[in-house]
Amino acid sequence: MSKGHAAPVLYAALAERGFFPREELLNIRKINCPLQGHPDMQKVPGVDMSTGSLGQGISTAVGMALAGKLDRKAYRVFALLGDGEIEEGQVWEAAMAAAHYQLDNLIAFIDYNGLQIDGPVTEVMSPEPIEDKFWAFGWHVERINGHSFREIATAVEVAKKVKDQPVIIIADTIKGKGISFMENQVGWHGNAPSREQAAKALAELA
Amino acid sequence: MKKIATREGYGKALAKLGAEYENMVVLDADLSKSTRSYEFCKHYPERFFNMGIAEQNLMGVAAGLAATGKIVFASTFAIFATGRAFEQIRNSIAYPRLNVKIAASHAGLTVGADGASHQALVDMSIMRSLPNMTVIAPADVVEAEKAVSAVAEYEGPVYLRLGRAAVPVIYDENHKFQIGKASQLREGHEATIIACGIMVPESLQAAAELAEEGIIVRVINMATLKPLDQEMVLRAAKETGAIVTAEEHSIIGGLGSAVAEVLVENYPVPMERVGVKDVFGESGEPEQLLKKYGLTVQEIKEAVYRVLPRK
Ligand SMILES: Cc1ncc(C[n+]2csc(CCOP(=O)(O)OP(=O)(O)O)c2C)c(N)n1
Ligand SMILES: [Mg+2]
Repeated sequence: MSKGHAAPVLYAALAERGFFPREELLNIRKINCPLQGHPDMQKVPGVDMSTGSLGQGISTAVGMALAGKLDRKAYRVFALLGDGEIEEGQVWEAAMAAAHYQLDNLIAFIDYNGLQIDGPVTEVMSPEPIEDKFWAFGWHVERINGHSFREIATAVEVAKKVKDQPVIIIADTIKGKGISFMENQVGWHGNAPSREQAAKALAELA
Repeated sequence: MKKIATREGYGKALAKLGAEYENMVVLDADLSKSTRSYEFCKHYPERFFNMGIAEQNLMGVAAGLAATGKIVFASTFAIFATGRAFEQIRNSIAYPRLNVKIAASHAGLTVGADGASHQALVDMSIMRSLPNMTVIAPADVVEAEKAVSAVAEYEGPVYLRLGRAAVPVIYDENHKFQIGKASQLREGHEATIIACGIMVPESLQAAAELAEEGIIVRVINMATLKPLDQEMVLRAAKETGAIVTAEEHSIIGGLGSAVAEVLVENYPVPMERVGVKDVFGESGEPEQLLKKYGLTVQEIKEAVYRVLPRK
């Protein structure tokens, strides 16, 4: 989880998979509780890397993939980045290294929701043309609808077959998808809904 | 007591100073609403540049703008300014002594729920170790606003430490802020508490409670960590014979260290440091974190109790 601020969704997935009890989810961001505002590998089972400072997770993913090659292990490394996060120079240093070492055991996703904190990515600091950049850096590029599980699964299957190149899956998404008052709203980046808003959101998602 | 975050003083000052200085520019790294640099953007959009989530480039671009004669304010969170972009600050700003003001918000534990990855606890230590760098940690919103004006007028690199959380307002508009000059807030003769940032109001409270117990301590707000007001420190050492420092920062390298350096070389007296004890923070409410990590009125009082018998 290179975009460490998406910790809540990672925690939810880990709880669902039985890494820790679901009740623990209610203690997120509270003092003396393991579920930190950003993932902490020392505190939470299933978290492979501590993140929170954008751009750093992808480098650590490169390190893990490199170790997999070195040890001739069959595992794959997955990394999830934000479209604002890729403005960090470090991401491109990591991209260069991954291609240089032909890390075909590395599959990265970009959550391409078009927004960062100060506004649309294209207005704040455009990362476009994004596909061309990754091709030019020596990656194999897949572009999908990030809200389609079928497309995600297919893209991962394709990625697994790519040889000698890392793969980037650019997933077009809508921030706050399915919740009328949150969709594409920059203001919802880091806010928790009120009780009423949460009820409304859940009703809309059902 | 009224509570306002120091970053509000930054935003307010920027909005005002932009009119005064036509060569002033402000940069941010996708956190302009949080750091309050957005207040400048609102009034002078053509002189505001968002560099995106790219703090190293932020500092490099700031240096380039300053090299052409601009007064540059570069803002992001303290952790990313001093951590991610340290070497850009060192080699492109401090070394060539360029006129860049690094105004970093969300310093210290009071960042709160974002947790350890976002809590800058050694930022002053890092910045203080750089030649040419001035380091300022205002105690409240009034002092923050005045400090912004003072650093705009000053020529050279500055690190200005700002906070996220609303904190007590201790000064009124008559407060005079001067770079490198500490201010004494309470007279006393048995010991001196030297504090900066949000620990200043805590220290005042501790001194008031100690006075009720008959222990009369001096309180100094050391808003400038570098250059340190040595004269004020040495006078306190000579006149009160014991020092306690208090800071929302690691006890390594910050205010406590700066004061200790002056004391050991000039006039050693017993000293105690209140601060974060060489550990990372965690998620939680600011008040809870301050308590858990020992940044409270009680901790300051206990440091005074410990230091007095050592005199
Ligand atoms: C190095 C660094 N700089 C700044 C931040 C503060 N920050 C947290 S999230 C965020 C915006 C992220 O935007 P994006 O990557 O597009 O994420 P998403 O839209 O998926 O939430 C910023 C600037 C950070 N966590 N790390
Ligand atoms: Mg985004």
